[in-house]
Order: sequence, then structure tokens, then C-alpha cells
Amino acid sequence: MAVYTTNEIRGGMKIIVDNDPCVILDNEFVKPGKGQAFNRIKYRNLKTGRVVERTYKSGDSMQAADVAEVEAQYLYHDGTHSHYMVQDTFEQFVMTDAEVGEAKQWIKEQAICMLMLWNGTPLGVTPPNFVVLKIVETDPGVRGDTSGGGGKPAKLETGAVVRVPLFVQEGELIKVDARTGVYVSRAKEE
Amino acid sequence: MINWQPTASFEILRQRADMISRIRAFFAERGVWEVETPLLSHATVTDAHIMSIEAPFKEMGSGKEEICYLQTSPEYAMKRLLAAGSGSIFQITKAFRQGEVGRLHNPEFTMLEWYRLGFDHHALMDELDELLQVVLKLPPAMRMSVADVYQQCVGIDPHTATVEDLKKCAEQYVESYPDLPNDKNNWLDLLFTHCIEPQLGKDAPLFLYDFPVSQAALAKIRQENPPVASRFEMYFKGVELANGFHELQDSVEQRKRFEADLKYRETQGIPLVPMDERFLAALQQGLPDCAGVALGIDRLIMLALGCETVAATLSFSFVSS
Repeated sequence: MAVYTTNEIRGGMKIIVDNDPCVILDNEFVKPGKGQAFNRIKYRNLKTGRVVERTYKSGDSMQAADVAEVEAQYLYHDGTHSHYMVQDTFEQFVMTDAEVGEAKQWIKEQAICMLMLWNGTPLGVTPPNFVVLKIVETDPGVRGDTSGGGGKPAKLETGAVVRVPLFVQEGELIKVDARTGVYVSRAKEE
Repeated sequence: MINWQPTASFEILRQRADMISRIRAFFAERGVWEVETPLLSHATVTDAHIMSIEAPFKEMGSGKEEICYLQTSPEYAMKRLLAAGSGSIFQITKAFRQGEVGRLHNPEFTMLEWYRLGFDHHALMDELDELLQVVLKLPPAMRMSVADVYQQCVGIDPHTATVEDLKKCAEQYVESYPDLPNDKNNWLDLLFTHCIEPQLGKDAPLFLYDFPVSQAALAKIRQENPPVASRFEMYFKGVELANGFHELQDSVEQRKRFEADLKYRETQGIPLVPMDERFLAALQQGLPDCAGVALGIDRLIMLALGCETVAATLSFSFVSS
């Protein structure tokens, strides 16, 4: 297994800390003019999502984590788990609701997502950047309003709630940026 | 695409040039003259935590090869000038440090170093304070002893604390820390960089003075209770800017400190380097009573101009040099 030393560590690299896979967020070199050099490394635990800062002595090494991303299609939810399939190999992956986390509210059946795998086990899923979803519940808007100023909440078929302009109606499809949860536009069936 | 463009903007570079010329004028007014000393040296510093960049020199014809070093500061050469009778001197020069690169570090950086005959460390702090007020329009500096700053931030006395005391203190104040050698200075550095330094000099520059004797470096030690080193450092906005001493004049004591450094290096597997015998010989001949200070120009300009990194003050930072 590959090993990184503190000076090689850059944002985005994956390492193992206390047996958990983590992604590096920041690495700051700290050194008094005449004193011991340290690296203050900030990372997110990919299992728990917790952000932690830890100090290393410069030159210390850490183990690289074998983390890979793979494209997979969301198949269905069986009541407790989500099922995904890699389309070209038909390999299937199963994740708990906790592992899917916030992403769940943007993913509907058939959506193509990115699974993050650690030693072949899924750690999490990233929805497509933009998703097209149906509004299942929203207050009737005021006719003639096209500005979108103010807006109103709308519940989507996946459970997410986003702010939409007043002219957008229940039953319509809208495009949303899943990274920010912001309404982009009305959409047509794809 | 290869990025060949300067790292800093011309606006920053012009202000940098202006500040440097004002610094030169400051010393000219005071009769402190500018000297130049070699960047390439046969010997180098023994400091446990300062690594020199090696530069192999091959003499043409003879094929003789010698490992030389890029200077980590002009201190030894300038003290040789002082011992030879130069009087008060200053220098703006490049210094090099192996492996140091980051937001506040560039492996080669610009250093202002000066020595004042007949000054002690407090008199030199006064002059540095004046320089910052006159040249950079900074507010007047504050002063605090090293003992007080540790007491205030982490409730420990840095002069009397043992390694065990410092470890306990780290457990309490530092979220997660690495295992360090059983050496007092390493643990002082850990507490200092994590719990103290970021809070220093928020509104005005802050001088810390009178260091533990284990961190005396090239400063005189005053036999008080407890004994303290006549050393100071200056911080502004949480960044270390300067380090100065009421200079050690005793060549026997200086050699002992070098030997202790080399012994530490040996126990930690850090490469050994030759002691600067010419510097020691100059001390033996006699260094006049003086105080000296080194100031990081890139960092000073970074803070004065509100930049986030030292790279933003350099025509070409190491990453793009």
C-alpha cells in the first residue's frame, strides 16, 4: 500500500487515519524560525463525515487509502437499503440510508450516480450535478408573476424541498442543482 | 500551458521596492552601513531544526569537490565583520532553508539583518519598533516576557517546566499532537505554535523577550532566578517576523552550544554539518558588545500590504520559479 509523507499531502488525497478512510481538505506547514516543523492537516472522515484537524511532525508518513469512484445506476430502495448497479459489469452495491445520507433527497430510480468505493465497499454516493424532478406539493402561485422574486417552497418527488418561483406549479418538472439545492429552471420530460 | 507570469502583481512589487528603499534610508540616517556577505559558505548552522541547502562546489581543473552550503542567515559572516571592527552594520540579503515551503515559507527568502554596537536586546527592540512605525506606519509595539505569555495562554512556566509537564499541558490544550522527541524545546514549540502564536500581535506588533535558556540560540544568558536568555522575537497578526539577541560573546560557550546541537542531531538521525570555525575564531578574538536582529522582509510586506501568502509578495515564488 502506498505511503505519503506530510509534504506530499494535498487537498483531495485519500488517507487512512485510525483505520478509517479520510479525504484531505487542507495541509498547513507550521514552523517557528528556529523550531520544530509541523503539518496541521485537516481531513474529512469518509465514513462518519466528521471534519478533524490533526498535527503531524513534518516528515511523518501516512497510509494512502484505496478509494475509487465508479458510475452506477440507482435501482430501488428495499425499505432499509438502496441498491445500485454498475451498468457495464452488472455488479451491484447495497448501501444503508446512513451511508447515502443527504444525497438520498436528489436521487430517483434510474439516476446515474457516482459511488465512492473503499476496498470495494461503498462509502457514499454523489448525485448528478443537475437533476430533473417532479413537484409533488406546492402552493398555487400568483398568475402573471415571472420574476421569481421571493418564491415559495416546493416538495419534490424524492422528498427534497426547494424554493421555486411563484409561477411554477404542482405536477411540473424542474431542474435543480443538486450540489447547492438551488432551482435552475422548468424542465421537460427527458 | 506553462505559467511564466510573475507571482506578485506589479502594484505589490512596486510597493515592495519602495519599502526596501525606505528601510535603506532609515539605516543611512543612523549611520548604520550596508554590507554584503557570501551566500555560499563552507560551513553552516548546527541548529537542530534549520536545514541547509547543500551546494556541491567542483573546482575546475583539479576536479576537487566540496559540499558547500547556501546560508540560512548572514549571521556568522556579519559577526566576523563586527569582530574585525566594522561598527554597526545592516544587510538585506537572501537566506535559504531546506524543505521549508508553505503559506508563510519560501525556501529562499529576503532577510533584513542588523547589528548595533552597545545595544542590548531592549534597545534593539526600541529601534525595530521605530523602524516599523516610520517605514510601515504600524502602531507602536507591545512587549511581553516569554514567561508571561506561556502563563497567560497555557498556564505553565516555560523556564521551569519539565518535558512531562509540557506533555500534560499539550494533552489539555492541543487537540491531537504527534509523538515528539524527549526534548523540552520540541514540546515548547508545539504549545507555542498551536496555542500561543496565532493570538499574538492582533492589533499591534508584539515583542516577546527573555527566552528559556534551552532556546538561547546565540543570545547571552543572564544568571537570574531563573536564568533567562536575552533573546526576543517579534510577532504581528499571529506571524513570526523577527528574532534578535543580545549577542553571546563567549566563544567557549558558543562552541558548547554548537556541540550540543550536533549531539542532538546525532541522536535524532539528522545529518551532521561542519561547525563554522572561522566564526568561532572571530568570537575568540572578540565580538564587541552588541545586539542583532533578523527580520523576514517577505512576511513583513505580506502583512503590511494585506496579502494572504508570502508568495504574493515575490516576483516568482518557489512553486513557479
